[in-house]
Amino acid sequence: MAAATLGLLATIVVEILYKSEVDTIGFETWRPVVYAYVLWGVALGIGQVLTRGEDGQRALFLLPALLFTIAMVIFPTLFGFYIALTDWNLSSFSGRRFNGLDNFWQMLADPYYRNALLNMVLYVLAVAVEYVIAFGLALLLNAQIRARKFFRVVFLLPLMLSPVAVSWMIGKSLMEYRFGPAATLARHLGWENPAFFSDPITARMAIMLLDAWTFIPFMMIMLLAGLQAMSREVLEAARVDGANAWQTFWQVTFPLMLPVSVTAVILRIIFKLKLADIIITVTSGGPGGATDSVSSFIYREYRDRSNVGYGTMLAMAYLVIIVVFVTWLLKFANRFVRNVN
Amino acid sequence: MSVQTTEYVASEIRSPASFVASRVFVYGALAFWAFICLFPIYWTITTSFKTAVDVTQGHLIPFVDFQPDWKGWRSLGLSPDSIFQTSTVRDEFLKRFTNSVITSVGASSLAIIIGSLAAYGLTRYRYRFAWFKNEDISFFFLSQLILPPVVLALPFLVLYREVGLLDTRIGLILLYTLMVLPIVIWIMRDQFNSIPVELEEAALVDGLSIWGAFFRIVMPIALPGMVAAFILAMVLCWNEYFFAALLTSTDAKTIPVMVASQTGSQGINWWSMAALATAAIAPLAVIGIALERYLIMGMTAGAVK
Repeated sequence: MAAATLGLLATIVVEILYKSEVDTIGFETWRPVVYAYVLWGVALGIGQVLTRGEDGQRALFLLPALLFTIAMVIFPTLFGFYIALTDWNLSSFSGRRFNGLDNFWQMLADPYYRNALLNMVLYVLAVAVEYVIAFGLALLLNAQIRARKFFRVVFLLPLMLSPVAVSWMIGKSLMEYRFGPAATLARHLGWENPAFFSDPITARMAIMLLDAWTFIPFMMIMLLAGLQAMSREVLEAARVDGANAWQTFWQVTFPLMLPVSVTAVILRIIFKLKLADIIITVTSGGPGGATDSVSSFIYREYRDRSNVGYGTMLAMAYLVIIVVFVTWLLKFANRFVRNVN
Repeated sequence: MSVQTTEYVASEIRSPASFVASRVFVYGALAFWAFICLFPIYWTITTSFKTAVDVTQGHLIPFVDFQPDWKGWRSLGLSPDSIFQTSTVRDEFLKRFTNSVITSVGASSLAIIIGSLAAYGLTRYRYRFAWFKNEDISFFFLSQLILPPVVLALPFLVLYREVGLLDTRIGLILLYTLMVLPIVIWIMRDQFNSIPVELEEAALVDGLSIWGAFFRIVMPIALPGMVAAFILAMVLCWNEYFFAALLTSTDAKTIPVMVASQTGSQGINWWSMAALATAAIAPLAVIGIALERYLIMGMTAGAVK
């Protein structure tokens, strides 16, 4: 185990020296460092078992996942914070240059980034509407109906489909200006010029619609599970007390469903914060960056301008915002659930 | 998650007239939403059999409105008359398809293996790494769920270039494993918690080692949960676009990237795009219909206490 640790350190040192052109012994890429890390992990595992016996065997359950996640998350994130402070354009020849907080100041003055952040607020707010629809669907599926399994499969189907394919199926063909059935329907309903993606407001709405279409089933399934886990006695009691359906829902069902609802909404918001693929493929942020989410904006920052340094700064700022927001959200949700019950 | 029928809705309605009205409303709403879910899929499948005229005229129903044509599938090299001829598009498609299968199966398997082990350890034993206890470790894993792909994407782009993993399937597999690992741990923790500890204690008394007890006693019981987690992970990996678009260029490109690159080009042929989209969604649609029970099980794990 000690030998493996030494080996890992030695590989790293040799590699650093080679890259900084101090000596000429070394490897072309950093890949040997990866192998050395894996070897070190294996040696660590064996060492644990040999030196600590049963405790070591227990530790072995956790070690692979832990080593994997640390290697794949902690290191790139730290590295990312460093890149964020550099002026690094992959397409220019000058290479990487440390420029301190320049990216940060540039970010604060960037109207497109601010716009993308505002859009994210808007997109996250749309979760409220999705939640109402999902709850309604869950109630429908939980009612006494025939062919329940059929409807459940059908309602679940949109979640299975690749968002990229969906954005072609709906965004690019159903909503197509000239021949798309959705556009034709809109014309019949009296909208003379049904261009879904040329006006900023309608374009945002269309993106939200697409995203809602794929993700409503996700919340619906969780809420349905919550409805089915609810004890029948409580509902019976409410009915015996003379409550009608409306009262039963608001005074019994809804409060009892609150914990599940909160879990579903929070998970949905977390997924929503990652929204990118639909926007990239349908509008590529257009018209004029109006529909950009933060992720799709950074994606284009890299794809169009190869601007790794600035893009990473934007991503890191986003990460900080998200962590603060989600932490607050969890706290708030906890307190909310406790207050109501 | 078993489905029990709940009868309170029907029994609480008193007069026959309002009973009928509520039935009409319920089935109307169900049919309406089923239409919303199915129409885009129907539209895509039928469009793949259309010719230019049918598209521009907005024909909807095959054999009534228009005569189906293999045009879209022929351009993919997958129609009956072109299936035995060589087709570069088909080769390209099959290559992307293989890439997608390998990356999603590989990543899901890897995530299941290390994720189940970690989840088992976390539910059964107490750990302490420096000042980190079990709850902190669990939180560390689950908090990865919050991390947006965009934060990791650019550093990984640079790192993979240095390590030589850019545009390789292994690179994608590693990233996808990371992406689904929190979900797998979440599901499996729930699974292992529902298995009584006494089973393993009995096994240990009978002389099995800790790992023996895990593989011989616990694993078979937790298998449905593992299948559920595996399928959910498969779905997420198969549909992933962001990392694939950034980190692959020629060799390891997956199906979503291929679909997206076709969409981007000007003057798309609707019929071939529709055929491509159909082919891209078909595997998951089949999985979704056939294994719906497991999917629901995976998605609802831990949500309902």
